[in-house]
Amino acid sequence: MPQQLIYQHTFANGLTLLAEEMDDVRSAAFNFLIPAGCVYDPPAHRGIGSVLSELITRGAGSRDSRELSLALDNLGLDRSESVASLHMRFWGATLARNIPASLELYADILRHPHLPEDEVEPVQALALQDLQGLEDEPRQKVLIELRNQHYPPPLGFDRRGTEEGVRSLTRDIIHRHYHRHFQPQGAILSVAGNIKWDPLRAQVERLFGDWKGEPLPPLQLGQTGQKVSHLVKEVEQTQIAMACASVPIGAPEYYAALGAVNVLSGTSSSRLFTEVREKRGLCYSVWATYQTFKDRASILAYAGTTNERAQETLDVMMAEMRRLSQGIEEEEVERVKVGLKSSLIMQQESTSARAGTLAGDWYYLNRVRSFDEIQAAIESLSPARIQQYLAHHPLQDFTLVTLGPKPLTIPA
Amino acid sequence: MMQFHSLLLDNGLQIIGETNPSARSLALAFFVRTGSRDETPEVSGVTHFLEHMIFKGTERRTALEVNRDFDRIGADYNAFTSEENTVFHAVLLPEYLPQAIDILADILRPSLREEDFEMEKKVIIEEIGMYEDQPGWAAYDHAKQLYFGSHLLGNSILGTPESIRALKRDQMYEYFERRYVAPNITVVAAGAFVWEDLVQLVRKHCGNWRAGPIGRGGVEETRGTGKFQVLHRANVAQEHVILIGPGPTAASPLRHAADTLSLAIGDDSGSRLYWSLVDPGLVESAGCGFHEYEGTGAFYTSFSCDPEQVEENLVVIHEELQKVQEENITEQELNQAKSKILSALVRRSERPAGRMNDIGMAWIYQHQYRSVDDDLNAFEAVTLDHLRQVMEQYPLLQLTTLALGPLEEVQAPGMSRR
Repeated sequence: MPQQLIYQHTFANGLTLLAEEMDDVRSAAFNFLIPAGCVYDPPAHRGIGSVLSELITRGAGSRDSRELSLALDNLGLDRSESVASLHMRFWGATLARNIPASLELYADILRHPHLPEDEVEPVQALALQDLQGLEDEPRQKVLIELRNQHYPPPLGFDRRGTEEGVRSLTRDIIHRHYHRHFQPQGAILSVAGNIKWDPLRAQVERLFGDWKGEPLPPLQLGQTGQKVSHLVKEVEQTQIAMACASVPIGAPEYYAALGAVNVLSGTSSSRLFTEVREKRGLCYSVWATYQTFKDRASILAYAGTTNERAQETLDVMMAEMRRLSQGIEEEEVERVKVGLKSSLIMQQESTSARAGTLAGDWYYLNRVRSFDEIQAAIESLSPARIQQYLAHHPLQDFTLVTLGPKPLTIPA
Repeated sequence: MMQFHSLLLDNGLQIIGETNPSARSLALAFFVRTGSRDETPEVSGVTHFLEHMIFKGTERRTALEVNRDFDRIGADYNAFTSEENTVFHAVLLPEYLPQAIDILADILRPSLREEDFEMEKKVIIEEIGMYEDQPGWAAYDHAKQLYFGSHLLGNSILGTPESIRALKRDQMYEYFERRYVAPNITVVAAGAFVWEDLVQLVRKHCGNWRAGPIGRGGVEETRGTGKFQVLHRANVAQEHVILIGPGPTAASPLRHAADTLSLAIGDDSGSRLYWSLVDPGLVESAGCGFHEYEGTGAFYTSFSCDPEQVEENLVVIHEELQKVQEENITEQELNQAKSKILSALVRRSERPAGRMNDIGMAWIYQHQYRSVDDDLNAFEAVTLDHLRQVMEQYPLLQLTTLALGPLEEVQAPGMSRR
């Protein structure tokens, strides 16, 4: 592998800039993480983050909504504004030579948005239709409900908020929310691609060096929801979603947890796919995945299956979760390692993936892991280490959410 | 520098490849030129079902061994079936090329064992159920059938639970024997690999594959049935609407102009439909895309929204399309669309999987190699006059419309209630 060229600087106001120079590509991607995720939506105004993320590009700096949109499009910028739990994310990718001009526009969007009064109602209407559209997406619906029940509020909240929350919004309320949360403390900007560090750093300092703000107080967490719940809906397939606790990304056993999840899912020879789909034909889609916050993490699992066979599907999934701590083959771990190493190398071909990883690593770990570090950690995986992790953190005490005509029961 | 190579084996199997010395991985695919349009009604869904069965084992491997062997080399692999192609693809590290060819070539001569066939039937029926629960997908599938009518492109890719249950293993075997002949298959590679090694491996594993007649019937152009249909679904929350109109074919010199036009009309930022429907909050989403096929092409415009808003939104769409038809888009909109297309093309081309797909499709549809610069130049050269030509040949308002959702009836713009 060629030497990685990774840079980092935290400005006096708290904004962190990260960059990776990639000489073999013509493009570059960037990722702004602003600590304005939906966990910060006030209880009476849930959905405010989503509405703000839509409103914020409708005019900024010297440009009105149409002029701004045109300026962004003319840079060939593929972009998205999205709201996750902790952050609002502004992602963009284009030819590397257009990155400086893009950052000029994003300085306006983040620091000088118009948030125009007459655009509030249309944006609210979009947010309400987004909530309505969720009713036609049973898989998303069950996964949202799972996070809602499994994590202590507001950690598991969904970005869409609630109908009442969205309807309650006024320009003033949105404006206040913007001023409180759009600030440099804890904000991260990452850029990866055919760029140079020195001019990038100088530009970001000029654009954001005088940005000011107060750090946010720590989140107050509430009580987790119900262990077992069911949403009644007349559908062809029952949706099954479950979650149990794991260790967060900074923990010593993180890679072992990742190993355990990958023995269960992620490839077609993994256990869930083999036992649920290949051997029994119970479903088309079944998987497990790992999800982390800074201080906690979970293993989530999902399947969608014909109503008549839903209980059997749940039974087989649970049996596989339990069987994991009874033994893992050397061969299985070898396959997991090859898969993880391959995707690590392939990630080096994508500017978007690199920009995302830089920002994520900084947020979770306060540093950027090198390629060599991750490769060594993958290399050190073994059945014994995964078993040890499972002994400390058995896959049990699940939160279960189902959606379909009839509820299911967790097998004893 | 990327370099292109091609070779036709004696049995008719085509190999093409683009090597890229700065790539770290390679993408590899077997493109089989067969899809749902090559099916007769009694075997509806067989192409897609066969794609699943390809992974269920051979003389040398059981289904579980196929999965295991792919995973042993850390390959990111899958397959898809469209109206015209069945593609088996993998992205992998260069050192695993021999194993990857060994597995892919092996599984493309499947055993189609009866017990695997019956087991996979269940999975296919689950897959149909999954899509049936997603009204956006269901609307798309029904709209395509409505537009194409008796044209073979209207065939359902998945088939129905009934057609899948009725399918016999021997019917699938007959289809396989006829469609998976060597001259109907193109091996495509892009990224980090040595051309001579690829040729030697493909020759070794596929050189004895049977030749046979190829081609397909029913490739005439169509302009759609022009029908307007409402499918009532009481348990669906939003109304999902698809409007389809004719466009140039995959071999037409106007296809780049058609792509550009669809982006200017319906991209998710800064397009006509964005400003007229999304920006004012009239829909949850709206978009327009150009699909090219052998012998014909189509523009798909779609939106989903609150049922109460549907009729008003249909009028807005018709007015927008009419305005574009009469006045064309502006020079500014053209440049805006081109900037987006060129940037996306450059970024897609940085990954071997993107190149594999693009050179494979260009070879199959245009019978030529197209470098990244060829495509960049072709889009760069699109003018407003080319867009004008597209719309003269394929008027935007020649529409077939389908609405799926809670409404029992919807009034078509400019027509009485039906």
